[in-house]
Amino acid sequence: MMRHVTSWVTPRSIVIAGLIAILVLLPAYTRMTGNQFPLTLFTRILILAIAATSLNLILGYGGMVSFGHAAYLGLGGYAVGILAHEGMTSGFVQWPLALVVSALFSLIVGALCLRTRGVYFIMITLAFAQMIYYVAVALDRYGGDDGLTIYRRSEFAGLIDLGNKTVFYYVCLALLLAAIYLGARLVNSRFGMVIQGARSNERRMRAIGFPTFRYRLACFVIAGTLCGLAGVLLANHTDFISPAVMHWTRSGDLIVMVVLGGMGSSFGPLFGAVALLVLEEALSGITEYWQIILGPLLLLVVLFARRGIDGVLDAVAWTRLFPVKRLEAKAGRG
Amino acid sequence: MLLIVEQCLNGLQFGLLLFLLAAGLTLVFGIMDLVNLAHGSLYMIGAYFAASFAVLTGSFVAAALLAFVATLLVGMAVEVIAMRRLYGRDHLDHVLGTFGLILFFNELVRLIWGPAGLSLPLPAWLSTATEILPGLYYPTYRIAILVVTLAVALFLYVLVMRTRVGMLIRAGASNREMVGALGINIKLLNTLVFGLGAALAGLAGLMQAPILTVQIGMGENILILAFVVIIIGGIGSIRGAFIAAIVVGLIDTIGRAFLVDLLRAVLSQTAASTAGPALSSMLIYLMMAIVLVLRPEGLFPASGK
Repeated sequence: MMRHVTSWVTPRSIVIAGLIAILVLLPAYTRMTGNQFPLTLFTRILILAIAATSLNLILGYGGMVSFGHAAYLGLGGYAVGILAHEGMTSGFVQWPLALVVSALFSLIVGALCLRTRGVYFIMITLAFAQMIYYVAVALDRYGGDDGLTIYRRSEFAGLIDLGNKTVFYYVCLALLLAAIYLGARLVNSRFGMVIQGARSNERRMRAIGFPTFRYRLACFVIAGTLCGLAGVLLANHTDFISPAVMHWTRSGDLIVMVVLGGMGSSFGPLFGAVALLVLEEALSGITEYWQIILGPLLLLVVLFARRGIDGVLDAVAWTRLFPVKRLEAKAGRG
Repeated sequence: MLLIVEQCLNGLQFGLLLFLLAAGLTLVFGIMDLVNLAHGSLYMIGAYFAASFAVLTGSFVAAALLAFVATLLVGMAVEVIAMRRLYGRDHLDHVLGTFGLILFFNELVRLIWGPAGLSLPLPAWLSTATEILPGLYYPTYRIAILVVTLAVALFLYVLVMRTRVGMLIRAGASNREMVGALGINIKLLNTLVFGLGAALAGLAGLMQAPILTVQIGMGENILILAFVVIIIGGIGSIRGAFIAAIVVGLIDTIGRAFLVDLLRAVLSQTAASTAGPALSSMLIYLMMAIVLVLRPEGLFPASGK
C-alpha cells in the first residue's frame, strides 16, 4: 500500500510520536508517583500489542482471519511455564524453544488451514486453538484447568534481570518496537507485496506465477512465532500460565485490537491494544458491568468506523484543519 | 453392553441438542450469509427465561413454552436492531459485531439475574427413570428430550421442504435478490428465519437447563461444537447438520466414556489416564480437521451455491 505523503508531520505521525514518548517516559512517571499500577497495565498492553501486531500480519495484510491466534500465546507461555516447572529457568533455553514450538505448531496448522477459505478458515483455526486449549486443560501434571504458577522468571545469566519491573517493561517496549519495525519492513518488501496481492486477488497472483500457498504459509508461521514470543513475555509478566490465556474469547480480543486500531497499518495494533485495554480500565472504573458498553461499542466500530483508529487519523488530515488545496492523494486501499 | 447402549442414547440425545443449535446457525448462514457467534447467547437466554418462568408459573411445561416464545421475540428484536445491518458485509465484520453482542448479552444477563447460576428443577413426573430395555433404566427426562428434538427435526423438515414458507427459505438461500425482485418481503423473511433459529437455540438451552446449571457463558462452548457440526455437515445444509450433529454427539459422548479404557489396553495405566481426557476432547476437532482437509466444503454441501 503506497501512501503519497508530502510531509512527515501528519496527525498520525504526531500521535505515534506522542504515544512512543509516553511509553518511554512512563516508568519515570510511576517512579515519581510511586504508583506501580500504570506500569503493570502498560506492560500488559505492550505484550498484547506484540500479539496483535503478529495477528495484523496475517489478518490485516494477508486477509487471513485467524480466530485461534491466542493458541500461540498459550504455547509460548506453556513452554516457559513447563520448563520452569521442570527446573530449567534459563531464558537462553526457554525462549528459543518456545519460538520453535510456536513455529512448528503454526506450520502444521497453517498447512492444513490454508487449504480452506472464508468462514471455513475462521472456523478451522478456531478448532485447532480449541484442541490446544483442551490439551492444556488435561495437563494434570502442570496444573490442568487451574494453571501453573511460575516461581522464577526467565534468567539470562545475570545480563538482564526480568524480575525488575522497569527492566521488564523496557524489554517489552523494545521488542514491540522491533516487531513493528520488522513487520513494516516485511510487508513493504517483495514478500509482503505478494502477501497483499494474494489478499486482493489470489488467482491473479498465481497466474503471474507466484506460489501463493507457500508465501501465505510462511507469513502464517512468522505471525505464529511472533505471537509465541508475546506468550513468553505474558507468562513472565503474570508469573502464571493457564488455559484461560488460550480461551477463544482471547483470540476474539486480539482480532478486536487489530480492527479497532486499523487493519493493515503498522501502528494500528498498538493503537488498538492501548485503546481496548485503557477503555476496559476506564469503563470498569465507571461500572461493574462495563462490557455492556463495550459490546455495542464494538458493533458500532464495525458498522461505522471500519478502518479503526488509524482510519480516523487519516481522515483528520491537515487539509481539513487548514483548508488549502489538497496535495495528499487519498491513501489507496482496497 | 447396557452401558454402551446407555452411552449411545446419551450421545444421540446430545447430538440432537446440537442439531437444534446447528439448524439455526446453518439456516442463518445459508440464507443471510451471516456468521453469528451470538447464537450461543440465545441458547443461554432461553435457559434463563425458562428458569425464571418456572419460578413465576410453577409449571415446567408452561415455563418451557413461554421461554420458547420469549427467545423467539428476543431473536427477532436482535435481527431488527443489529443483525440486519451486518448482511452483505465481510465475515470478519460478522465475527467482530457478534462478538460484541456476546459481551453485551453476558453482561446483560449478569445485570438482570446476577452472577450466580440458576437451576431449573424438574417436575416429579419427569425426574423418574423408565425401563427401556430389560434391566436398563434411562431417565425419563432424557427420553423426553429425544422425543422433542426428533419432533422438532421432523417439523423443520416439513417446514423447509413441504410448505410455502420453506420454499421461500430455500429460494432465499439460492438467490436473495431474485426472491426480493419477485415481490417477496425478504426483510420479513430474514427476521422470521433469524427468530426461528433463535427460538431453536433457546429450546436447546432450556432443555439442557435441568441437566446442567444455568450460568453465564454456558452457550459459548456448545456454540463452538455447533460450528464444528455445520462445518462438517456443510454450511447451509440442514440435512448435513442433522447427520453431522448426531455423529459429533456420539463421538464426543462415547469418546469421553470409553477412550480411557480403550487406551488402557494399549498404553500404561498412567499414560492412558493422562492422554485419555485430552484425546477425547480433541477427537471431534481432529475429525473436523480431517473432513476439511479431505472435503473442504463439508460432507453434504448445500446445493446451488
